Amino acid sequence: MNRIWIPAHLQHFTNGSERVEISGSNIRQVIRALDNKYPGLGEQLREGDMLTPGMTVAINGSVDHLGLYATLDEDSEIHFIPAIEGG
Amino acid sequence: MTDYTTRITTVINGQEETFFCEPRESLLEILRDRLQLTGTKEGCNDGNCGACTVILDGVSVNSCCVLGVEAENASIETIEGLADGDSLHPLQQAFIRETALQCGYCTPGLIMAAKDLLAHEPLPSNERIRLWLANNLCRCTGYTRIIKAVAQAAKELHQKP
Amino acid sequence: MKHAEGQVDFKVIGTTPERPDGIEKVTGRARFADDIHLPRMLFGKILRSPHAHAIIKDIDTSKARALPGVHGVLTGGDFPQLESTVIPHGGASTIDIRDLAENCIARDKTLYDGHAVAAAVADNYHIAEQALELIEVDYEILEPVLEIEDALKDDAPVLHETFSPGRFILQTEKSHSNAGSFKLKLGDADRAFQNADHVLEENFQTRCLHQGYIEPHSVTVEWSHNDIMSVWTSTQGHFAIREQLAFILGHPLNKVKVTPMEIGGGFGGKDQVYIEPIAAMFAKKTGRPVKIAMSRADMLRGTGPSPGANIRVKLAAKKDGTLLGADLTLAYEAGAYPGGPVTSAALQATARYNIPDQQILGHDVLLNKPKMKQYRAPGGLPVNFAMESMLDILARKLELDPLELRLTNAMVTGDRMITGIPCQKIGGKELLKAVQTHPHFTSPLTGRNPGRGLAYAMWFGAGMTSSAVLTANPDGSVKLSVGTPDLSGTRMTLAMQAAETLGIPVSSISVSIPDTDSIAFSFMAVGSRTTHSTGLAVYDAAQQLLRQMTERAALYWDVDETDVTFSDGVFNHQKDSTLTLTFTEMAHLLEKLGGPITVQSSVTPKSNGAQLTAHLVDIDVDTETGKIEIQRYTAFQDVGKAIHPDYVSGQMQGGVAQGVGWALSEAYQYDEAGHLLNTTLLDYRMPTSLDLPDIETVILETPNPNHPFGVRGVGESSIMPPAGALANALYDAVGIRMTALPMTPGAVLEKLKKKQRGS
Repeated sequence: MNRIWIPAHLQHFTNGSERVEISGSNIRQVIRALDNKYPGLGEQLREGDMLTPGMTVAINGSVDHLGLYATLDEDSEIHFIPAIEGG
Repeated sequence: MTDYTTRITTVINGQEETFFCEPRESLLEILRDRLQLTGTKEGCNDGNCGACTVILDGVSVNSCCVLGVEAENASIETIEGLADGDSLHPLQQAFIRETALQCGYCTPGLIMAAKDLLAHEPLPSNERIRLWLANNLCRCTGYTRIIKAVAQAAKELHQKP
Repeated sequence: MKHAEGQVDFKVIGTTPERPDGIEKVTGRARFADDIHLPRMLFGKILRSPHAHAIIKDIDTSKARALPGVHGVLTGGDFPQLESTVIPHGGASTIDIRDLAENCIARDKTLYDGHAVAAAVADNYHIAEQALELIEVDYEILEPVLEIEDALKDDAPVLHETFSPGRFILQTEKSHSNAGSFKLKLGDADRAFQNADHVLEENFQTRCLHQGYIEPHSVTVEWSHNDIMSVWTSTQGHFAIREQLAFILGHPLNKVKVTPMEIGGGFGGKDQVYIEPIAAMFAKKTGRPVKIAMSRADMLRGTGPSPGANIRVKLAAKKDGTLLGADLTLAYEAGAYPGGPVTSAALQATARYNIPDQQILGHDVLLNKPKMKQYRAPGGLPVNFAMESMLDILARKLELDPLELRLTNAMVTGDRMITGIPCQKIGGKELLKAVQTHPHFTSPLTGRNPGRGLAYAMWFGAGMTSSAVLTANPDGSVKLSVGTPDLSGTRMTLAMQAAETLGIPVSSISVSIPDTDSIAFSFMAVGSRTTHSTGLAVYDAAQQLLRQMTERAALYWDVDETDVTFSDGVFNHQKDSTLTLTFTEMAHLLEKLGGPITVQSSVTPKSNGAQLTAHLVDIDVDTETGKIEIQRYTAFQDVGKAIHPDYVSGQMQGGVAQGVGWALSEAYQYDEAGHLLNTTLLDYRMPTSLDLPDIETVILETPNPNHPFGVRGVGESSIMPPAGALANALYDAVGIRMTALPMTPGAVLEKLKKKQRGS
């Protein structure tokens, strides 16, 4: 099972839980599974065929630019965080 | 061209140059756009950054604040004239060696300003160098290496026969 | 140079070769964007709105068109109408192309003093300027909103009836008529505040300012007969310019070619189009090359400055100084369009300290100023100023040494940041100890009113996609092409990484940054990513090259490929020691063995390696004028591995100088109607050589395990600590706590006088 950290503004979908466990071998599956368990959460995380604009996903601490299309090699820790760049 | 276009003759880097000039054109515009000597840069066009520094009759000036017509019969030195063929001037060598440039945009103006300083003050102190170069803005380096490069070049020039 | 444990001694990395473009730059031969001259070129100028907030009712360009020497006049209506469309801005971030296009030239509304409304192209700039004076714009002036507090009020003037803050930041819903908001949370901050021995709270304000690059924006566009748009411009990212131009003008990507010229400073302000679409449209309509350059006033008014912010910090601590919790509100200016750097600010705010319970509320606030952008570490200095001031306030309240307090709370590898992500390998405590043991830390202070201050910062930087092409030529020379523009010497640091891998002198490698037709996609030079992330592409390309040359060596020796190894620049046969060839010898043989070898690599690393910085500053304060004189400044930074130590040191010094300007003198001044008052470099006051001492740098190296040479990004984090360090030094010197930037002599004096009066 993957450990998902839920962004603060979405924790009302998970009854206030900061961390949930969900299965899935890629991010799409994870989001689908999250939406099944916590209805409405899925459409906050993805918009059409990409992650919600401005959001990115970190898998085991490293940002994966594939976002929605990232795959998971093993049970992973997943964070949804704002996208940052640089100047 | 307007009716006030004038024919100007001047000496740039030791070579006689002739060009046509409207009274409203600055020396910076003449150098960059008419003569295509693009080494001298524009940063602000009102005398506040020093990127356009050239030497006019032995004095460093902001060429954006000099009119093109004022070049008549003057002797002008720009960055293009500093190296002697393939042989770089000690200031140019020192800037490279001391990593006194990052983007390199302010560099021509700085080097010309420094050249003027060293022409009449052979071994300036670091404080004198900082004061002299205060009109040349650099946004990349924080100035530390620039001051060191000028001081190094001063020593080298002083030792030359 | 200190090597971490297990570090190999490098041959090239860590040395200081002279950069190949040095000669070009000191002789004035280097070609910056404005140095282009094409035959029959025309020159454009842009008319900018003098009103902070106005509806454009009508624009009459007839008189301008009739002026002899004018070849065209444009307004927003001449550009394709776009739908609100989010396009990738490379990797994980996005940009709304309609906002971007309307920022370049307004359609119905102008949203800030300086917003482009029309443009003219002519035989020369003087005629173009005359043409602008003949363009008649009928404005209906609206009430502007210029301050964060005002923009957040219910009755504030509204910039956009609808906007999509979620495009750029996490949001629940649009929180105000002029703001989008987001929350970050770790643990339970309320619990921390209940259990604390001490709770401190303070508000801080910083002001909008500009990146201040000395080179103005300049672009030349030529639209050829086969519909190819060729663009030469000053940019940190030519692929981004290509993409944005293609979308804004509705032109296929494969017919837009962008050449990055040498760039005279960017710092985050040159990563998007401003004048390019107008130049391109003129080039298309006139059939001639068109150049547009911005004046300094144009730039200050009409590009992307860095936002001011209102920041509230609340800290919960135990009496031994351990931080239990943090609660921050960050309200950053977004300017005329949503999507400023506030999210980056939130991610950096507390990263470097281990605080188990935290919450951050962020607001991206629309107001009638230019669209705000990043300036080195995006959003970093304001929140660092606030937090580092608070740490100092806490230290003094608890009578603890400020550095010890930071050591007590320093984040170490594995501690969780506010996102919940565990911190990658860092050497935070080692960095702070290096400050503590440095002679500057204990040297005596001199001066009439001397003081010493410290600040500590962390920034992440960007990974993103980079491409490299490497060719081994038959004469032994190597060509390296990369897609990431060189802002200050990365062509050398990349060549050094290639040279180290290939075992050849760096002088054998020539580096170029080709146009968008001639190199694979690369993300822009931002986020301190070039030496690290483009370095990874270079390293990968070098490995591919070695693999192919290994095959050729086996072919040449008529042996099994598996018996051929490469180390220290030499191909060897594992069993036959008579068979050896250096890289260069191998290259000389290539013609006989199939010709030159070219390899390409496109790499997208997953991270960048955190950058940690600490600054120590000594000041002397003139209590009659309020002037702060900086007497000594030492910047400490953990760079993972300094590929070229002088360039690394230069990046640190540059960041310090910019941070000092941000702290002491730079700020946009607006009048009540929203006009920018300080539009020259006389009144927009950037540091000169007289404002800084020699800046000392100390480089530490905790290698980044995700990079073959241990590199961490370098360029940005050094801009963060100066304001906090100076504010803390000021308190140390004269006992006043500045909570607003810039700390100009006038502001300091006013606070001193208040203190003397006992208020």
